[in-house]
Amino acid sequence: MNERPSFLLDGDEVPFEPGQTVMQAALAAGRYIPHLCYHPEFTPHGSCKLCTARINGRLMAACTTPAETATEVESETEELNDLRRTLVQMLFAEGNHFCPSCEKSGNCVLQALGYDLGVMTAGFRHFFPDRPVDASHPEILLDFNRCILCELCVRAAREVDGKHVFSLAGRGLGKHLIVNAESGRLADTDVKVTDKAVEVCPVGVILRKRVGFATPIGARRYDKSPISAQALADAPRPLERNHD
Amino acid sequence: MSTLPLETAAHPEQLRRVVIEPLSRVEGHGKVTLLLDEDGHVEQARLHIVEFRAFEKFIQGRPYWEVPVMVQRLCGICPVSHHLAACKALDQVVGATTVTPTADKIRRLMHYGQILQSHALHFFHLSSPDLLFGFGSDVARRNIVGVAAAYPDVARQGVLLRKYGQEVIRHTAGKRIHGTGSVPGGVNKSLTAAERDELQKDIYQMIAWSRDAVRLVRQLFEQDLATYRGFGTFAARTLSLVRADGAMDLYHGGLRAKHADGGTIFDHVDYGHYWEQISEEVKAWSYMKFPYLRALGHEDGWYRVGPLTRVTRCDFIPTPLADRERREFMAFDDGRAALSTLGFHWARMIEMLHAAESIKDLLHDGDLLGTDLMAGGKRQARGVGVIEAPRGTLIHHYRVDENDQVVRANLIVSTTHNNHAMNIAIREVARQYLDGRTLTEGLLNHIEVAVRAFDPCLSCATHAVGKMPLSVELLDADGAVADSMVRG
Ligand code: SF4
Ligand code: FES
Repeated sequence: MNERPSFLLDGDEVPFEPGQTVMQAALAAGRYIPHLCYHPEFTPHGSCKLCTARINGRLMAACTTPAETATEVESETEELNDLRRTLVQMLFAEGNHFCPSCEKSGNCVLQALGYDLGVMTAGFRHFFPDRPVDASHPEILLDFNRCILCELCVRAAREVDGKHVFSLAGRGLGKHLIVNAESGRLADTDVKVTDKAVEVCPVGVILRKRVGFATPIGARRYDKSPISAQALADAPRPLERNHD
Repeated sequence: MSTLPLETAAHPEQLRRVVIEPLSRVEGHGKVTLLLDEDGHVEQARLHIVEFRAFEKFIQGRPYWEVPVMVQRLCGICPVSHHLAACKALDQVVGATTVTPTADKIRRLMHYGQILQSHALHFFHLSSPDLLFGFGSDVARRNIVGVAAAYPDVARQGVLLRKYGQEVIRHTAGKRIHGTGSVPGGVNKSLTAAERDELQKDIYQMIAWSRDAVRLVRQLFEQDLATYRGFGTFAARTLSLVRADGAMDLYHGGLRAKHADGGTIFDHVDYGHYWEQISEEVKAWSYMKFPYLRALGHEDGWYRVGPLTRVTRCDFIPTPLADRERREFMAFDDGRAALSTLGFHWARMIEMLHAAESIKDLLHDGDLLGTDLMAGGKRQARGVGVIEAPRGTLIHHYRVDENDQVVRANLIVSTTHNNHAMNIAIREVARQYLDGRTLTEGLLNHIEVAVRAFDPCLSCATHAVGKMPLSVELLDADGAVADSMVRG
């Protein structure tokens, strides 16, 4: 058997297959690197920067950096986790994320990351955006006040549903989610409630209507185990498959 | 604007102004202002409460299924009441004219847990210091810490009763506060056998302690009958929910309004059209509205809600121990205790006993473990939900459009119903105790004792039990501070 290429993650060897990113190789090897806009089913996007690691001394996004031999990656350090906590705080401050009355609570990636990283305080003054919700679609509700601009919906629509439903418009602070209809209303797009784009939103923006709080506290996704454990459990394991 | 004795002084500009602010050991923020003449005679007394009406705006445009969880932000002390009242209103919107037996019983259990914890908190933490030590007693001791030192058993039982109520809430709603258990059309969980067994373990102890608490209030009346009988007492019309057979039902029923002498104004009225019976008046000096019974007009139509009303105006209480206590209360002192403002405390403890007994009954009902949780039907544009919250009748009213968004909300909370009655009570106390005397902290506390009897919830914010400083300022006719006093 050939010697497999590998890199060092926090001092341990992590093998990889050519073409994998640092994130993919780490997860496949059972090593968690916190992430938010990365999703194993879609092209990496590299926008949230939560996966930032020190790669050969430079801060880089683990989800978009290809794995290479002779690379040293630091991820589980106090410095980097502090940075990640600050990023999570900023995302919380930018939108309306009042968890106790949000139906996504317990199933929300942002909230789960906050818990997992030990974010204990708000950190920043909240913006309290006040954007009207789009309730025009009979089956789907959009609450723009919670968008973290991860583009997962954009990628899912494009790559899986083969549609152009969502997009981000504007720049910097003015960046925001829009839908592809002249009226600007979701009802006038070709989105379907069964689309991948509808299920993929990590926070409470794209919601199936009339579901609300149907799942009791204790039975929600992240009530059962922390997001880091679930990310590892869900990660594709090409290595194991190869050895079957 | 209607004016009652002591509501508005004839020549306020010549009077000395005393402000009691903030009120301590009540939920939230409020103040009392008194105007006194040169000889210390009270010419005007007013209770001011800033009401949180912003919420009704805030909820506009939100999806209706979010409302029962969102409304709990209104109140840190009885969020479950808002949770359930909103669900009852939205049941109608989703066409669930009747919910399943399991949903009904889980919600009732949650509600009785709430009544238990709220009444325990109010009596033991907020009011027992006044009642056990005296209204004008040493202020340093007049708090729950003082009670714990002097009456450790009473304080301990208070804490454990409250805790038990919170456990009931946790098992039914998922969390002690901001639970999600009740949803439009039903509930999202029933109890597991293990949860039921855990709650069954302590319920008999809770019933026994609740009964002791009723007896304790009775003793307090017996020890100082003259004070208890007359303190801030006035005749009031009443409003409450009652079951179809006239029994007390804190979760559901028809509206009953009575004259002060017990004569019926209306009875078993479907609350779905409450606005045909109740209207709200705005007064220039208060942010909070003054509801009144339409049939009697805004001058005469004010009324009182809450435990004292419910216990004295139901035909019976459908649990045996509480009903026996109700009958004793009604007969005590030839019926005068049942008319007194401090009778609120006695009635509140009878309700706590009723809640404990009801919890026991429910915990022996197999429906609690059922799996049929949700009902539905033809969508409606409007829903009204009414519940008897710990502090009194609570009305939630919503309109929802075809996109599922709330377009209009109207909430009338118990403290608003009691706004006028509380004002009457403080005027009575001002007349009885303060008139013509040098004001001291102890005397001013009498005003607060009257407000506290109603257990008003003055806010939606978190509370600081016994920690709010009381500051009193004497202002001269020009509004300058002539004297001031602060209680830490
Ligand atoms: S709507 Fe959701 S999935 Fe789409 S960009 Fe915003 S947060 Fe991401
Ligand atoms: S997960 Fe890598 S940048 Fe978002």
